[in-house]
Amino acid sequence: MKARVTVTLKTGILDPQGKAIEGALKSLGVGGVASVRQGKVFDIEVDGTDRARTEAALKEAAEKLLANTVIENYRVEVLG
Amino acid sequence: MKAAVVVFPGINRERDMARTLKLVSGTEPSMVWHADTALPAGTDLVVIPGGFSYGDYLRCGAIAARAPIMDAVRAHAGRGGLVLGVCNGFQILCESGLLPGVLMRNAALRFICKDVYLRVERSDTPFTRGYNAGQVIRVPVAHGEGNYVADSETVTRLEATDVWRSAMWGRTASSIRAGISTARPTRLPGF
Repeated sequence: MKARVTVTLKTGILDPQGKAIEGALKSLGVGGVASVRQGKVFDIEVDGTDRARTEAALKEAAEKLLANTVIENYRVEVLG
Repeated sequence: MKAAVVVFPGINRERDMARTLKLVSGTEPSMVWHADTALPAGTDLVVIPGGFSYGDYLRCGAIAARAPIMDAVRAHAGRGGLVLGVCNGFQILCESGLLPGVLMRNAALRFICKDVYLRVERSDTPFTRGYNAGQVIRVPVAHGEGNYVADSETVTRLEATDVWRSAMWGRTASSIRAGISTARPTRLPGF
């Protein structure tokens, strides 16, 4: 099954890379950009067809490695 | 003193560390590979040197922190054994859960390479007993990801157990003591 884990910085955690991207977008004249927060996307293929098991495995992956929950949140999506 | 230096792929300061430990203690340290599951018997001090373990992929130190040898390092710390992490080694200790908090990209997005001056607050720890309390020492730092982040409760606790502080800014400076850190870690040049 195809799945996606999205890792983002928690609210209130300083994101200097997001700020730099925001500044670059503004200087490129991209209209209406108020703010940018950057993160990571992991596209993962999992063996089997059990949705619940896939979701559980990816939650474990996020907790154990993909996200540092001191500073980051994660979201798991099973895409089918 | 028997020291063990843990080596991960991408770590590149292990020889400097081994040489320094030999100079300081008179005993050649053991070099321990990340895939090993045990430390040599009688290890007093575990040192994780600097470099770029796993190319700093994912987050600095994140992949190394999950290596098999780290269970043995955690058990060693749990028994009251000494653990020292320098540079990427410090990041690995934070990622492993041995130290609280995390090191993020520097706030100004600049690589910081300069000398900092630290005041030794306590000289009764295994790592500072060669100094006098109140003494100011020069420590060169060089890091891109030295921005220490922890929740305010953790920072308050660390401030209360300071071992040394920045003499210039009055902020908590880098040090580790077997699972309890006083923070503001820095990546040392060449480490």
